[in-house]
This record gives sequence, C-alpha cells and structure tokens, in this order.
Amino acid sequence: MSDFVYDLIGLTAGVFFILALKGLSHPSTARRGNLIGALGAGVATVVVFFHGEIKNLWWILGAIAVGTIVGVPAARKVQMTQMPQLVALFNGVGGGAAALVAIVEYLSLGDTATTAEVIFTVFTVVVGCVSFSGSIVTYLKLQELMTTRPVVFPGGRFVIAATLAAVLGSSVWVVLELGTTPLLVVAGLSLAFGILFVLPVGGADVPIVISLLNAFTGLTVAASGYVLQSTLLIIAGTLVGASGTILTRMMAEAMGRSLFGTLFGAFTAKPQDTSGVAEDRPVRSGSPDDVAILLNYARRVVIVPGFGLAVAQAQHTVRELADLMISKGIDVAYGIHPVAGRMPGHMNVLLAEANVPYDQLAEMEEVNPTFGQTDVAIVIGANDVVNPAAKTTPGCPIYGMPILEVSNAANVIFLKRSMRPGFAGIENELLYDPKTMLLFGDAKASLTKVVSALKAL
Amino acid sequence: MDALTPIAVISIFTLSVFVGFEVVSKVSSTLHTPLMSGANAIHGVILVGAIIVCSHSDTTLELTLSVIAIILATINMIGGFVVTDRMLEMFKGKKGGDK
Repeated sequence: MSDFVYDLIGLTAGVFFILALKGLSHPSTARRGNLIGALGAGVATVVVFFHGEIKNLWWILGAIAVGTIVGVPAARKVQMTQMPQLVALFNGVGGGAAALVAIVEYLSLGDTATTAEVIFTVFTVVVGCVSFSGSIVTYLKLQELMTTRPVVFPGGRFVIAATLAAVLGSSVWVVLELGTTPLLVVAGLSLAFGILFVLPVGGADVPIVISLLNAFTGLTVAASGYVLQSTLLIIAGTLVGASGTILTRMMAEAMGRSLFGTLFGAFTAKPQDTSGVAEDRPVRSGSPDDVAILLNYARRVVIVPGFGLAVAQAQHTVRELADLMISKGIDVAYGIHPVAGRMPGHMNVLLAEANVPYDQLAEMEEVNPTFGQTDVAIVIGANDVVNPAAKTTPGCPIYGMPILEVSNAANVIFLKRSMRPGFAGIENELLYDPKTMLLFGDAKASLTKVVSALKAL
Repeated sequence: MDALTPIAVISIFTLSVFVGFEVVSKVSSTLHTPLMSGANAIHGVILVGAIIVCSHSDTTLELTLSVIAIILATINMIGGFVVTDRMLEMFKGKKGGDK
C-alpha cells in the first residue's frame, strides 16, 4: 500500500473519531457515535498491517488476542456500579501503552534521534506514566481498596513538589545526555509523581481526576504520533486531549469546583480535621409502613437517587414505586444531581436502564426551586449531594458544591444502609433534622417493602 | 516515509484542538460519563503506534516492551468501546431526549 493511500485511510479514521465525539454528545446519536469510533479504530488497526514491513507478525497478533481476551470480558461483565473504575483502569493502561511505545521507539532510534523527537519522547513517557499510576490510584479509591478520603501526610506538599522538580530535572538530563538509564529514571519518577498527585484528591473529586488523566493520555498519544510520524495518532490524541480538557472543566463546574483547585489540590491540601466523626445523637428511624403512609398522603414527591441505588441495583424497584405513586395521582419527579453516584451522569444511565421516562428526570437547577412545594423527598443512597454542609460549613471538603436542597421539602426520607457518612466522608446534619425519617437497610429490599405497604393502603 | 514538517504538525495539532473543543461544547451532563468513556476508547488507537514499534523491534527488550504495549492498548481500545456501548445500550428505545 502506498504512503498516500495509507495516510488517506488514516485521515478517514480521524474523521470517524470526530464524528464519534460529535455523536456521543447527543443522547439520540450516542450509541451510533460510539460504533463509528470503534469502526475508525478498527480500520486504522487493520490497515497498519498492509503498510511497510511487518516483523514479529505472530507476536503482534498474539498480543492483540491476549488484550481482547482480557478486555472484552472485563467490559461485558462489569456491574454498572463499577463502571467508573473500569474506565479509570482502561485509561491507565492506555497511558502505560503510550509510555512503552515511546520508550521502544527511543531505544530503536538510538543516536539518530533528533532533539525534537527526544523532547516528545520524554513528554510521552512522563505524562503516560503519570496517567498510568494516577489511574491505578483512582481505581483503588473507587473500588474502595484504599481510603476514599484525601491522603495527606506532613510535608506532603514538599515531597510532591520535590518529585515534580526531579521529574523535570531528569527530563532535561535525558534531552541533554540521551541514553536509556536517564529515560528509565524519568519513567520511575513520573510513576511516583502520578501516585502522589492523586493521593490527596478527595473522593468527590475523583471523577474530575479521571477525566483529566483521560485528557493527559490523549496528549501522550498525540506526542507519540509526532515521534512515529503518524498523522492519525496526532489527530486522535489531540481530539481526546482537547475534548477531555473541556469535559473536565464542565465536570468541575457541575461540582462547583475550580479546575485549578482540583489540579493543584496536591500542593494546597492541608491535613483534615477528622474529629467529630463518632456521632451519637438520636435519629428518627421509621418502618416501611410509616414511609408508605407518608407517601400515600403526599401530593408531590421527589426521588433523589445516589450511589446506594446503584449498589443495591434498585433502579427497577424505584421505578415500580414511582409508577405506583403516579397511579395514585401523586406528582413524582426524580431530582438528579449532576455528580450523584461515582461519575457525572451515573444516575441517568442507571435510571435509563430501568426505562424511567426522560421527562420525569429533573436536573438540579430545575428541581431545586420546587422543593418548597414538595411534600416528601426520598433520598435513596445519596448523601454528599444533599448535604447542607456544602452551603453552611466553609472549609469542609464539599464546601461550595451545589446541592439538591431537599431540606426545603416538608418531609425527608433517607434510605440508608448505615449511618456511615458519604463518599466524601462528611457528617450530614440533615440526618438529625426532626423532619427527617430514616429507613435503614438495603435500598432494594426497603423499596420492595415500601411498594407492598403502599399497595396495601 | 517523508518526515512531517514542523508546520504541518503544528497545523494538525492546532486544528484538532479547535475541533475537539467544538464537538463536545454543548454536551449535557447526562452524557458526561459515556462521552468520557468513548474518548477514552479513542485514545486506545495508540494500538496502531504499538503495532508499528513492534513491527520494527529487533532486540528482545524492544519486542517484550512492545508486546506489553500492544496488550495494554488493545485492552484500552476494545474494552473501552465495549463498555461505552454497554452504557449507551441503556439509552436505547428512547425517543431521543435531546432538545
């Protein structure tokens, strides 16, 4: 295949990626957009075999087979609740792959590498390694294999700053001296920096970091495209880098965060005050029958879903409850916080699975003014997104995040597994409010009981 | 293959940045997760780069590293598209909720 045809097909794949991102931006075309992206990637992968000399063909095909055997079942079997960490993991391995590609290309170029090629190689290795180790830490946080709270240690800021300085210093060393050892030093330091960079990020900010690392990986792909002289990689990588940056900013805005604050949280985070966690105040807990009675006499009910709904896989049961209330003439809406769950849009995906009609899903700005006329707000496994501390307690980790103002409703029902605080690890005052009733237990089991109690009324 | 001139690279990069900004600028928060996941799968196209370096590998070290790179990139690409499709599957049968 001539270079011209090869590059033309590469350009076509690039156009497919643009159409894919465009499609993914609208609900009605999203699935098609994803398929177009997959098609572009598939075409780009196939044509590379027909261009130039291919050594080690069986190794290549074998490695692709292994990757497929690992990746596809992981993607197919994952629970909806664990999707965010899987995306983080996929992003991390992509960053790792980009770093390895740059290292191998550097090894084979040897002394013939131009300064520009070395600079781009070092960039790819640094950012790819940061993305890899950072994503692994976000995975561990989301999988709750490690604490979800910010990890801060004395002098942490200086350690992080020193590591960053070492990364930059050793990068300069590679560019000036060349050689494999300096490059491996850069890789090692970058891996360490990735870990240190993500550790101080608190639970609620993790989705923003995933999105940011995703954009990082995109940029590494673009940089390796320069080293490999591949326009396709430059286009695809830059597209992801640019759209990922915008997406990260939009997520940060949805959470009331400054992107800068999240980015440099590592340098500004202070050890947190963890006192006052062991609360021993009375709460009002109710039975499913109490809840059913409250709902039966309500005129307007707002359902606020959170991560607990996802964990319990209760989306179908919640829809059953909503349908039952609607059949009794009660006005029902779902109040969706943009970052409820573990990722922006997590709840929309989950409720869409249960075929909840779109017009019942109300976004935060829409639903907040209506809580004053709402008789009952049912909070199902959500905590941080309704925590008034975000408005009232300056200095707490979620301060400034817009919340669903359920405290304005006449009654608030919390369905919770336990009194454990939410992902961000902050006590919720609303739980102790006299108008709040708590229904403990698995969300699905509790909702099933409420549904049968309500039917019996 | 002729080397790409610096200005060609800068042009491709700059135009791609603007296209990247533009295509996602109006996305609703509903689609943040699938969009991020889809973009994540797209950068799995580093698989192409991994195949190129593997096909030039002469030493055992180069071959080993590039085979690992291919495995990782394949997981990123194929896994990414499959998981995004699974998320979006749940939007099927809707009369497009966009305005």
